[in-house]
Amino acid sequence: MTGREGQSEHPNHRAAGGEGVASGREAAGGGAGWKPAPQDSPRGQGEGKRPRRSGWARAGERVIEGVIRTSGVSAVLFVLAIFFFVFREAAPVLFGGEHFKLLPFLFSVEWYPTSASNVRYGTLALTVGTFSVTALAMVLAVPFGLGAAVFVSEFCGPRLKETLKVVIELLAAIPSVVWGFIGLTVMSRLIVHFTGAPVGVNLLNGGIILALMSVPIIVSIGEDALKAVPDSYREAGLALGATRWQLVYRVLLPAARNGLLAAVLLGVGRAVGETMAVLMATGHAVNLPLGVFDSVRTLTANVAAELGEAPAGSDHYRVLFLTGVLLFSLTFVVNLVADLVIRGWRRK
Amino acid sequence: MTDVPFQEPTGEGSGRDAGGLGAPSGSDAGAERRFVRTAFVRRKERFEAWARGVFLAMAAAMIVPLVAIVGHLTYEAWPSLGLEFVLDIPRQGMTEGGIWPAFVGTLYLVGLSLAVAAPIGVLAAVYLNEYARDNWFNRVIQLAVINLAGVPSIVHALFGLGAFVYAARFGYSILSASLTLAIMTLPVIIASTREALAAVPRSFREACWNVGATRWQTIRSIVLPNSISGILTGVILQVSRAAGETAPIMFTGAVFYKAIARGDLFAYRLDEQCMALSMHLYTVTTQVPNVRESVPYATAVVLLASVLLVNATAIGLRLWLRNRKRW
Repeated sequence: MTGREGQSEHPNHRAAGGEGVASGREAAGGGAGWKPAPQDSPRGQGEGKRPRRSGWARAGERVIEGVIRTSGVSAVLFVLAIFFFVFREAAPVLFGGEHFKLLPFLFSVEWYPTSASNVRYGTLALTVGTFSVTALAMVLAVPFGLGAAVFVSEFCGPRLKETLKVVIELLAAIPSVVWGFIGLTVMSRLIVHFTGAPVGVNLLNGGIILALMSVPIIVSIGEDALKAVPDSYREAGLALGATRWQLVYRVLLPAARNGLLAAVLLGVGRAVGETMAVLMATGHAVNLPLGVFDSVRTLTANVAAELGEAPAGSDHYRVLFLTGVLLFSLTFVVNLVADLVIRGWRRK
Repeated sequence: MTDVPFQEPTGEGSGRDAGGLGAPSGSDAGAERRFVRTAFVRRKERFEAWARGVFLAMAAAMIVPLVAIVGHLTYEAWPSLGLEFVLDIPRQGMTEGGIWPAFVGTLYLVGLSLAVAAPIGVLAAVYLNEYARDNWFNRVIQLAVINLAGVPSIVHALFGLGAFVYAARFGYSILSASLTLAIMTLPVIIASTREALAAVPRSFREACWNVGATRWQTIRSIVLPNSISGILTGVILQVSRAAGETAPIMFTGAVFYKAIARGDLFAYRLDEQCMALSMHLYTVTTQVPNVRESVPYATAVVLLASVLLVNATAIGLRLWLRNRKRW
């Protein structure tokens, strides 16, 4: 106990070193109480007179701390493992597939994986599909998401705020397959009814569904960002006679800019990686979209649709894994950028 | 700001009349003494009301879909809905009957993935919150957690297929699917557990350290007991997430159809494939022709209700916890 008081100041310091330290209960029950008896343990001496914990207890603690550290590292291991195993399945085709070349894979729109005469693996149409659906979703979701975040954070009372946050959480919890089902049944009928489009499952449908799925993320992260703006900014603005709107527009949005940008990026990440909803809602045609009523297929939906049919070990199967590597890298970059942006905002 | 929002009080009775609605005693000079809304202020207030309305509409645009979706699905599902639908097995080539095998399969998948993910997730959060110093290595770990949360679900499926089904030779099984789900939902547990641990005041730990307890003793006797409800919330959210996922289990262990007895809770072995609720919804919606109209809707309602119920439990737990917090 003695000689260690100062160390508890250090947030990341082992406050009481492992060796030979009396357990809390023993020390408290030892009659010495808080005041160390000087004749027993003068500062820096008398280590031998303390009640020691048994070797088993110390060994057990070592083991548990080892397990905790291993678990802590596990997230890194899992991310590396994901990349390793997905890349391992894809590698043979990348380094010597018969009909596979990297440039056409990235920049050709011809995706004919099961053609009998001329197999072609071009994912450009799928990439364009992914980005067009994501872009449309963001066009719809960003204004609504940020607007709702501003409303939740600045305009409504505490009760309504609690209610809205619960609704956002429930909205975020709806499984993607249910969203896909809604897109396929309800939304497609609505689109056909209101626009007269020949088919209801298309880019527009997928964009709306993805927007509905991304809004909760944007709202909750955006609300966090607005909450992080110090209250003194608001008070200063209101003291100058600004209305709430002026406060939001002139003070809060610039101050929370980074956090809001991160919110949007995480929304993009969610939209790019979404699988089941776009599989069911976008109409599933490998196609460069020319308008919002064209059907498209995304990278994710393509893997989900064809992995079951591709024989394990075939080129087709390996190309699908390569698409997975592409997706992994894509979302990795988006998340990395979002994280850097958030970090910048926290530091301020 | 050239307009002055209110007039300078002039007379000696101004204190009493300043905010009054034309008090009878000062009615002659009332116009100068009262608050006067100048054109500037009126425009400002009008704009304020307008902005509030727009933001309110944007917030409402979130609530409307939730209510409309739940309402519409329930309405369409009504003819099939009931306890019988959950307990019965699919009949007539999955065009009629219930969803019992899928329901049980989801319970198995969620239970097993929870058993794997909960300990690892909680301990990882303990490490990040209690042990990790602020250095590059731990920043890498945090980045890994964030990225694990951002990896697309279909990439998790590819990983599960490559790692568990083929490399580890678990085959297409509940085990493979659950492990895939566990890794996928790990960040959910880590994030909410960290939040719960961070909410335990630092002074609690300092008090414990100062009576000579080691770091682990402090965690076990002070930090974990004081954050257990928050940790439980995270675990519950993991359940909800795992129950709804489709893509990761599609290629690792879930099948279109598997015959098990009606109402049988112990129908699956861990090395077998199983049906799952989310997968079943996809199947009856896109793969099976001539399904009775209300069956997919009822499946969606059961899935949605289970997930929302689990989430509502987590939210309720959190609110209850906040109300009885002692510090």
